[in-house]
Amino acid sequence: MSIDDKEPRMPERRKFFINMAKGLGAATMGGLAWTGFLDGKKVYATILRPPGAVSEKEFIAKCTKCGLCVEACPFKALILAEPGDDRPVGTPYFRMREKPCRMCRDIPCTVSCPTGALLPSLVSDSDELGRPRLNINLAKIGLAVIDRETCIAYWGIQCDACYRACPVIDKAITVEYTKNERTGKHALLAPVVHGGHCTGCGLCEHACVTKKASVFVLPRELAMGESSDRYIRAWEGPDEEKLEGLPEDTETVTPRSEKSPLEYLNKGDL
Amino acid sequence: MPLTRRELLKTTAAVAAATAVGMAVPEEMLAAAKKAEAGWRWDKSVCRFCGTGCGLMVATKNDKIVAVKGDPAAPVNMGLNCIKGYFNAKIIYGADRLTEPLMRVNDKGEFDKKGKFKPISWQKAFDEMAKQFKKHYNKLGPTGVAIFGSGQYTIMEGYAAAKLMKGGFRSNNIDPNARLCMASAVAAFMETFGIDEPAGNYDDMHFSDTIVLWGANMAEMHPVLWSKITNRKLADAKRVKVVNLTTFTNRCSNLADLEIIIKPNTDLAIQNYILREIVYNRPQAIDWDFVNQNCIFTTGFVDIGYGLRPKIDHPKYKKEELDTASREAFKIITKQEAVAMGALGYKEGDRMEMKHTGTAGNHWAISFEDFKKGLEPYTLDFVAALAKGDSEEPLEEFRKKLLALVDLYTENGRKVVSFWTMGFNQHVRGTWVNEQIYAIHLMLGKQSQPGNGAFSLTGQPSACGTAREVGTFAHRLPSDMVVGNPKHRAITEKIWKLPEATLNPVVGSHFMKIMRDLEDGTVRWAWVQVNNPWQNATNANHWIAAARDMDNFIVVSDAYPSISAKVADLILPAAMIFEKWGAYGNAERRTQHWRQQVTPIGKSMSDTWQTVEFSKRFTLAEVWKEWKIDDKNTLANVLDKARAMGYKETDTLFDVLFANKEAKAFKWPDPVGTGFFNSEAAGDKRNVEGFKGYGFFLQKYLWEEYRQFGLGHGHDLADFDTYHRVRGLRWPVVDGKETLWRFNSEYDPYAIKENRGKFAFYGAAFKEIPKGDLSGPKGEEKVKLPNKAKIFLRHYIDPPENPSAEYPFWLCTGRVLEHWHTGTMTMRVPELYRAVPEALCFMNKQDARKNSFKDGELVWVESRRGKVKARVETRGRNLPPQGLIFIPFFDEHVFINKVTLDATCPISKEPDFKKCAVKIYRA
Amino acid sequence: MIVINRFRGIRFLALRRLSQITIILLFAAGNLLGWHFLRGNLSTSRIFGVVTLSDPYAILQVLASGVLISGEALFGGLIVFLFFGLIAGRSFCSWVCPVNIVADFADWLRKAAGPGESEKNPVMGRDVRYWVIAVSLAVSFFTGVAAFEWVSPISMMHRGLIFGFGMGWTMVLAVFLFDLTVLRHGFCGHVCPLGAFYSIITRFSLVRVSHSSDKCTHCMRCRQICPEQQVLTMVGTTSGPVTSGECTNCGRCIDVCNDDAMKFGVRMRTAKT
Repeated sequence: MSIDDKEPRMPERRKFFINMAKGLGAATMGGLAWTGFLDGKKVYATILRPPGAVSEKEFIAKCTKCGLCVEACPFKALILAEPGDDRPVGTPYFRMREKPCRMCRDIPCTVSCPTGALLPSLVSDSDELGRPRLNINLAKIGLAVIDRETCIAYWGIQCDACYRACPVIDKAITVEYTKNERTGKHALLAPVVHGGHCTGCGLCEHACVTKKASVFVLPRELAMGESSDRYIRAWEGPDEEKLEGLPEDTETVTPRSEKSPLEYLNKGDL
Repeated sequence: MPLTRRELLKTTAAVAAATAVGMAVPEEMLAAAKKAEAGWRWDKSVCRFCGTGCGLMVATKNDKIVAVKGDPAAPVNMGLNCIKGYFNAKIIYGADRLTEPLMRVNDKGEFDKKGKFKPISWQKAFDEMAKQFKKHYNKLGPTGVAIFGSGQYTIMEGYAAAKLMKGGFRSNNIDPNARLCMASAVAAFMETFGIDEPAGNYDDMHFSDTIVLWGANMAEMHPVLWSKITNRKLADAKRVKVVNLTTFTNRCSNLADLEIIIKPNTDLAIQNYILREIVYNRPQAIDWDFVNQNCIFTTGFVDIGYGLRPKIDHPKYKKEELDTASREAFKIITKQEAVAMGALGYKEGDRMEMKHTGTAGNHWAISFEDFKKGLEPYTLDFVAALAKGDSEEPLEEFRKKLLALVDLYTENGRKVVSFWTMGFNQHVRGTWVNEQIYAIHLMLGKQSQPGNGAFSLTGQPSACGTAREVGTFAHRLPSDMVVGNPKHRAITEKIWKLPEATLNPVVGSHFMKIMRDLEDGTVRWAWVQVNNPWQNATNANHWIAAARDMDNFIVVSDAYPSISAKVADLILPAAMIFEKWGAYGNAERRTQHWRQQVTPIGKSMSDTWQTVEFSKRFTLAEVWKEWKIDDKNTLANVLDKARAMGYKETDTLFDVLFANKEAKAFKWPDPVGTGFFNSEAAGDKRNVEGFKGYGFFLQKYLWEEYRQFGLGHGHDLADFDTYHRVRGLRWPVVDGKETLWRFNSEYDPYAIKENRGKFAFYGAAFKEIPKGDLSGPKGEEKVKLPNKAKIFLRHYIDPPENPSAEYPFWLCTGRVLEHWHTGTMTMRVPELYRAVPEALCFMNKQDARKNSFKDGELVWVESRRGKVKARVETRGRNLPPQGLIFIPFFDEHVFINKVTLDATCPISKEPDFKKCAVKIYRA
Repeated sequence: MIVINRFRGIRFLALRRLSQITIILLFAAGNLLGWHFLRGNLSTSRIFGVVTLSDPYAILQVLASGVLISGEALFGGLIVFLFFGLIAGRSFCSWVCPVNIVADFADWLRKAAGPGESEKNPVMGRDVRYWVIAVSLAVSFFTGVAAFEWVSPISMMHRGLIFGFGMGWTMVLAVFLFDLTVLRHGFCGHVCPLGAFYSIITRFSLVRVSHSSDKCTHCMRCRQICPEQQVLTMVGTTSGPVTSGECTNCGRCIDVCNDDAMKFGVRMRTAKT
């Protein structure tokens, strides 16, 4: 490094730093915009994923949008979201009203996934010898929800199209018999969905004869409540399974209990 | 009084309901209702679909049906509907409605059998139709032409068609699709009671303790009635028992306390087991007072064939069909048949010659001892082994179920109703199984009382009202009369103002026979009305070929392009239910009328109009001359007698049959039709080819003339106007009152008239029969059986085709809730189409696994007659046992009747859609 | 002779198009006809239902998003990484990528429309793409999804051709217009992080274009046609292979050289400069 070179080099170096700073600034700006854009696009609350999908958060990270599951669907029911579908682009989903999942026993979509976004283990139980065996009835694509206001079976119309269409008939959808008090001579045969058995296949939504379906599939997180961790139904054996993996922290906090006893006792007026 | 919109609507409903039950409506409320209805008009009508007969209210606005609702005042449904009824407003507006006559023509516009369909005028349509008719009629006589009628005809349509065909053309070749549906029920009603149609009514569902379904999937086929049964079950869940006897698990099983899966055709053996159990082991259950007073024991021949072609080597049979076809001439007695017919002396391996195919319906009185002897082989061991339908069910379980069934029937004081539909009727021994269920009820004295009785349900909206009561069958005349009876012909000729001996005494061709006649070239002109015979008749490949390849002329009147329209030569666009005045009669004898609500679409016209217009093309000279019917029968020339009655040879059939003096006395306008259209009487805004209307109230005339047949004969109907005031009436309507339970002196004025205690089975047909024993009638002596019902002994026999190594599966066809018959209407309702877009092949999981079929996979289903492709379904509404598949027939793309067998009950001539043998392989 | 010469002039171009179109058709046949040869798409695919291939850059983003993807996908990414990194060079861009067809078309139009302009003072430099890689990994980390995969015109075009475009054609059109009106070789040469990723990993790959300065007549047609001109610095001065990973092995320089001065070769030793 010679002294002669010094003078002309200073602006070069400065230029370099300035360029670096500019680049970093632009990159940060771009990155922020990009992040904001993705944040808006990556979530679609009511999207229905193929059987065996991991949680939606994990799914959108793991899915490489290869479309192998879509290609594997023999009924062309799975759709690969296109730009304009208003769903995370390139990821697979169902539109039940148009083409529901036909619940193939060999679950070709799930087993085709190369990235672990769809896991066969989530739709498998074990056979007599303890080997894993696919069981589509374990699928949890979503949960069928009935709008009892518009469902014509609840009016007394003899419909039950959803019940008849249900591949897990008499388990996932049953008909509940009640007297039609208005006529006194007829009964209501009203469909009822049971979350424990409903796979969310959407055949009910597809079959529903009302103008807009009165039974429709929602993602389970959206459609279901959750009962308290700390109460076990005495009359439901399997309920006890809840005890496994419960958080050990049992402390409860309400606005009333926020203050420590001493703080409460010593401060403030009576 | 200011009202919100919601209040206004409520007021309208209240007024409608109040009007219906004859309540006085407050003035203020009426005014409010009028205001609410300013935009549309509500009027009562009937559901277009099944035999339940739900009342409907139809809203019309700007000459369009805009909405429907269940009629709250209708006793059957009280405002409810099923999924099909829910869509009544949409059925007439399918995008592909036929709107003008279409004919196959060549380049010059002339009729050409090989031409393509092109629109033509009504004028030209009738010209060609009449020309073709005359060509074949003149050559072949009255037996060379035929009409395929319908159980969906309005009563007036059916009556007009029967009158033209039988009274005008002197042909008995008119037979309805009800032949495919109710004929076995009819035959058994006539043989057992001497009069058609059920004794009970829908109130039986509210009174009974036990509902036994014998081959009736009411949950899908009679949904509103099923909800009544469900209600009964809910009302007293412990006491009320529901039994579902079926060949596969269906939706009725869901409510049933007892599900009995049986092998096809073995219902007859189970009935005999029940009878044996009663006679041998529970004689205390027999109501001897009832039996001695009201019943007689009878039996008939067993060697009656299977209703196949008499010529077993008919040249049109494919060679694969010949084996099954030969059963019409003989069969080799199987081991189980040898046991079942033990009392007749048949041994395994014997060759049974079918000697009584022509006299299949003959029967004779036997002693109770003979009856008992005939039942002896039907032990629990034998029947349980024979009838168990689910190979996975332990025999012991099945035996328990049969015992439980007998317990329910025989329990003292337990009311029992047995229901059936196509499981019994579409059966190679359909008449017999119908008769045997009466036998059980009659032995126990559980018949014709509230909550007690055997109740035949109908499939079609007017199978009872039109096909049966009007008598649009090849052998019938109105009100249970038959062409074979000279007295009946005389009565008919009198009412129809025909010269004596005009009517043809020879029974015409039944539905399947018309198809066979077309194939043989002995019928060369056929008219299809309100029906889709080329899709709904068994063994369809034959009939499609016959229609297209033979020199004949097929006319199809329909609202939509159906398979039958596709094989036709001329298509006439037909007006649909709300586009015409009409009446239907449902399964509980309830007759319901409606008014024309809207102008028909396009140039379509009602079937009545088409029939009446066609009659204009014939003079008496052309039809009432001498005709040779067969070697034995000749119809006399009645023109001289006609002249004596004041007719001229040049009078047309229109003048004589439809626009006569009596008809013209029914004026239009008429107060009952104020504010409503009548396209036939007055033409309409379309001015179709200048038609200005006949100027008289055609429908009312047809009704009033028709009802003369039944008055005083146990078939009394009320006058036209009455039906427009009420929500239907159950005949006989005597002194303005309907009849709830027939043959029961507490309810039936005709039974009271007989003055013989609690019951009188007063039906008049077949009430003079020979005596005999199990082997046959003996001697010339005949016994008269006034007011008696018959308890039949009928023996179990195998069907003509059974699963084999090559064709290992039973095929059963039927319907689904969402679609009506061949789907011509419901497949055009978007919601119903989406709900069930295609017919599936319901199959047992094990069978699918064994053949490695996946759900949703296309397979070929092939019989000796034809094959179709369908998708496999092992889940869902129908769960067949191993060895049986079920495929509904509504889907023309799964044309299952190409596969089915055209064997029929030899007595009723109703085909057996419920069993034939098929093989299944991957497509 | 002329015909042959003409063909010589587009030899590699034709082969590349054949390669690109064949790959698309095989994928499309996999989806539409159920052929097993090649299924999925460029993100992840399967050959004969057995060998899984993944886009290593996509895998990298997934990992950056904080999710451990399946071993199968990882291994698939490794195969592709090794294939291009050790052997084929950045040939993904010119032999596989469908956007290349669009970019080439835009370039052709640009030239047909007027004289090629200089690359001096472009609106953005060629190093922007490396920034984009860095940003995409950061964004993946913060959003939890593979950032570039959600906006990539390559995936959108490729998926579009196989599964249906939807509104995805707008993205492809945008690339086309950008290249046509804003910046020559703008997307592939300046923006695309996938191309940049391959540039980085193929620094030492075997298949290379090499130059013989003995034969060179200094016509500079090679440099005019080259989409990454900066890689041809040695033309006319030194013989030897192209050493930059930014060369896409498109072979256009070989096509247009009338002097046999350019050819594909295999670099036996890793060149150190």
